Formats: sequence, C-alpha cells, structure tokens
Amino acid sequence: MSDMATERDIRIANKPARIPLRFPAPRTWWLCFAVSLCLLILFFVAATVLLLEGIGVWGLNIPVNWGLAITNYIWFLGIGHAGTLISAMLLMLGAHWRNSLNRFAEAMTLCAVVCAGLYPILHLGRPWFFYWIAPYPNTMTISPQFKSPLSWDFFAVLTYLTVSILFWYIGIIPDLASVRDRARTRTAQVLYGLAALGWRGSAWHWARWRQAYRITAVIAVPLVVSVHSEVSLLLAAGPIPGWTSTVFPPYFVLGAAFSGFAVVLMIAIALRHMLGLADLVTARHLDLLARFLLATGLMTAYGYWVEVFDTLYGGDLQDVETLLDRVTGSYAYTYWSAVIFNFVPLQLLWFSRVRASPTILFLVALSVTIGMWFERYMLVVTSLYRDYLVSSWGSYAPSFWEWSLYAGMLGVFLTPFLLFVRFLPVISAFEVKEALRETGDLEHA
Amino acid sequence: MREPSPDTEVFGILAEFNKPEALIAAVKAARKSGFRALDAYSPYPLEEMPEALGFREETIPWLSLIGGILGAGTAYGLQLWTNYAYPIEIGGRPIFAWQPFMLITFELAVLFAVLFPITGMLLLNRLPRLHHPIFDVEDFHLASSDKFFLVLFSNDARFDRRRTSHFLEGLKPVRIAVVEHTEEPE
Repeated sequence: MSDMATERDIRIANKPARIPLRFPAPRTWWLCFAVSLCLLILFFVAATVLLLEGIGVWGLNIPVNWGLAITNYIWFLGIGHAGTLISAMLLMLGAHWRNSLNRFAEAMTLCAVVCAGLYPILHLGRPWFFYWIAPYPNTMTISPQFKSPLSWDFFAVLTYLTVSILFWYIGIIPDLASVRDRARTRTAQVLYGLAALGWRGSAWHWARWRQAYRITAVIAVPLVVSVHSEVSLLLAAGPIPGWTSTVFPPYFVLGAAFSGFAVVLMIAIALRHMLGLADLVTARHLDLLARFLLATGLMTAYGYWVEVFDTLYGGDLQDVETLLDRVTGSYAYTYWSAVIFNFVPLQLLWFSRVRASPTILFLVALSVTIGMWFERYMLVVTSLYRDYLVSSWGSYAPSFWEWSLYAGMLGVFLTPFLLFVRFLPVISAFEVKEALRETGDLEHA
Repeated sequence: MREPSPDTEVFGILAEFNKPEALIAAVKAARKSGFRALDAYSPYPLEEMPEALGFREETIPWLSLIGGILGAGTAYGLQLWTNYAYPIEIGGRPIFAWQPFMLITFELAVLFAVLFPITGMLLLNRLPRLHHPIFDVEDFHLASSDKFFLVLFSNDARFDRRRTSHFLEGLKPVRIAVVEHTEEPE
C-alpha cells in the first residue's frame, strides 16, 4: 500500500472477502431468498404446463406469434449487457471506480443471460428438441440452417454466456483464494479452496492472469455490440413493417446498456444498503452510474427520434401506418408508457442533489427498467398485430401462463444472484486494493 | 518459472514484506545479484512487477490470436460445408452467401479467442493445483490480504541455505522462513 492508504482503508478493502464467512444481514437475505424461491417454483410450474400443454397455453397466435417470450428475451439480454460493459469497457479505459461495481454487475449479467437464453428455448414449441439448433453429427441427416437468425441466436447467446462466465470466473479466483485464506471451518476451506484452483498470488501467475483478463475484456466489448445487434437483426430478417429501420442495431445496443445500467444501479443501492458497503460503493459511484444512465438514456431517446424520422423520411406507406399504430393504435399505451417511464423521471438526473439520493435514484432506475420493458413489448407487438393485409390483422394479450412464466423467470434471475450475494465476494476486493495503491484513496478506487 | 522438485533439500527461502515497494525492490535486488529461480506473492497484481521479474512472455496474446483465427475458420468452414452438403434452395437465393455467414463466424472467433488464452493462462500457471509447499508457511494466508512475500527457490544455481538467508536478511524483510517440501501428496 502506498503511504496514503491507511490501515482503515485496507480493512475496508478486505471486507468483501469477509462477508461470505460472516454474513451481515442473514434475516433480510432469507426473506429475499424465500420470495425468489417461491418465484422459482412458479417458473417450474409454468414451464411444466407449457411442456405438457404446448405453446397454446400462451396467448400467441398468427399474426402476433412473438409475445412476452421474445419481449423478455430481448429485455433480459439487454440488462445483461451492462455488466459486461461496466466491467470490460471501464477496465480498458482505466477507470478505477469500476472495481467496486464490476463483480456484482457481471454476476447480474450471468443470471440475466440464463433467463434470456431460456426464453427462445421454451418458445420453440418442442423445447425438448432444442439441441437440434446445434450442429452435431446425427443419423437424421439434418443440419441447422445457418442463414436463419435462430441459428445466429444460438451461437451468439452461447458465446456470450461462455465468455461472461469465464470473464467473471477468472476475475473472482483471487478473491476466492482470499476467502479460503480467511475461512475457519474445514468445509469452507475445502470448498473455497477448490473454487480458487490453488491460487496463491504468485507474480508469474498475476502477470499471465493480467494478460488473459485484459484480452478477454478487449474482446468482450465488441461481443456485446455484436450480440445485441444480432438480436435486432432477428427482427430485421423478416419483412415486417417497423422492424427494418437501419438505426436498429445501435438503438438496441444503447437501449440494452440503458436498461442494464438501471438494473446495476438498483442492485448497487440494494447491496450497499443490505451489506453495509457504503465505504466501497460510495456516493461517487452512485453519482457516476446515474450519469451513465442519463447519457445512455439520452442516446436511446435519440434512437426513438431517428426511428420516427426514418419512417417519415422514407415515406413507405406501411411503415407510416405502423408508426401511427404505435402512437395512436390499440397498443399506444405501450409506446407512451415506454416514452414516459424511460425519459421523464430520467430528467431528474440532471440535478446533482438527485444523484446524491439513493432512494430517488432507485426509483428512477426502476422506472427505466419498466420503461425499457414496455419498449421491447411495443416493438414486438405493434409491428406484428397489423400486417400488410387486413386479413392478417389480429390482437394479442399475454395469457395467465405467460405472466406466470415471467414472474417465475424473475425467480430464475434472483435465486442464483442471491446465492452469489450470500456465498461469494460481491465486490472485487483485490482490484479495489490495487486501485487503492495506485490512487491513494478509496473514493477513487 | 520451473519450481523446485520434491527431491531438493528444501523448497526455498521466503522473506516477508509489509509494502509492495519493498517487495519490488527485493525482487530487483535478487535478480541483480544473479538469482533467477524466484517468485513473489502479492494480494493484487503490481504494475511494476512483470518488468522487475523479467517477465517477457507473449504466449497468451498469441494464443488468443490463434484461437480467433481457428474459431473463425471453423465457423466459416462449417457453414460452407453444411450449405453445400445439405443445399436448401429458397427463392433462387445463392447457396454460398458470405453475408449471413459472418455472424456465426464472428461469434465463434470471439469464443475461441477467449477460450484459448484463458485455458493457456491456467495451464502455464499450472493451475488448478490442490496443494503447494508455500501454503504450509505460517502466515502465508496474509498473501491474499495485505502482506508481500519473496521466495528464492532451492533449484537456483546460486542457492545455498545459509548464504541465501544472509542475502535475504540484507533486504530488511519483516521475517524470513524456510519453506519445506510439503508432506502431503501433491
């Protein structure tokens, strides 16, 4: 430690490694865990009904054959992207303040990608054949259609999941070693010891670790952009009015970052409160996250504007019709909910006093999360419910089992995340210490 | 860095330091006086350490490049082969279409470009490893907290129990300890 770093700073930096061994808020945790377990059970019920009865239990039909499932797929995947961006992009930029946020943001990514990945599989109609999307030698002499977005999706999500897991895991190894070294019980020593892979902080190891970690970060950023651009191409690959604007790829990526930052902000505030981490996730971190949220929000707003401009400038009759449907049609409430939830409370973030209040920040972030969900829903449904021909006009309302699956999916998200909070170091202690040495105080670490 | 094999007398001699600067200075001094088989342990990566240690490996970046090329080649080849082996003609569209092939090509290139260096990092570091002689040293658990350690390995040509200890004394460590070979099976 440099001379400026005090004993107190070091003790605080070591805190994340102590939390799994002596958890500070067992009661709150059990309460949250009980709720998320109930939701998880609901997921299994809803998924079982779907598997037994078929996709008819959902409200989908022609023409609206993508509903809540694809909406939530895009929404969850988008949320996940913020974890990678915070961790990888800010690492490359040398922004030390990332070190207090990256670990749980990446864990959030993992949970969100799992939820996102489950949706298209459950949507398949015959989900037990999902592995047919993978190219493998088989006796049926069939092979995936590589020109289909479904196939792109498989590779994109699989790659994203694998890379996210690896990035998160090699990032957590040194801290697992730290927990192992502090563990008092034999079970904890053995389990954390196995997970730490025998890490001992050797200088040779650090040097190679650093190379591998940085390379992964450099590659992860374009990966995020590619994955969510690819999601927008899922829509653009069909000749559907309202899905063909060229702004879609950046619009989707920025919207993803926007919703993800909102969720990271909520998690940061919740964890900080629950685990007493205000020394590590400081007011400055919340302020910076809020600025990021505001910036990505304004970029997303630009996407909304370009989408309208593009349609009017292009002048395609059907596209203009879809635009009118969006703002005045039967689903106009989704469009206006998206606009209001996303951008109206967001304007509060211009004021530094608002950025200093965790409660208001939490509410703004919640509003953005809801708004972005409405946006995904609006994009999917308003384009599909009125096709070119009047004969293929229809409507869509999610059924009970779709809502159940959605609620259950929140359990799929929360359960592993809460286990992570309970049993693993939620903040990257060694990176905080590294930043502490380089900058001299925790505020910048 | 090849570590001492169990048939040597001891594993090495360890010196403990309180500050990262002291550790880096110690590593530099040890290398300057000719020691090559050594290792340093710190709770977090030290910016100046690779240079002080004479670390000049570039295996991992190269592995990433090789992985990326292999991944891209695999994906492109797979798609090309599949489209000719199972031709599906839709509305006269070409069987060979490089544009849609690029997505999977990019994804697999990324996947391999990450898998290779990370696997390589673990293999080069000889991880995972269940036990290591250094773990038997009392207080070594502080290496993941806030202490810094230097070990001079016994397989170094200049290693001599008494003289090496004496040399380490000169670096003003907090303390010095002999690292024995571990008794448990490795």
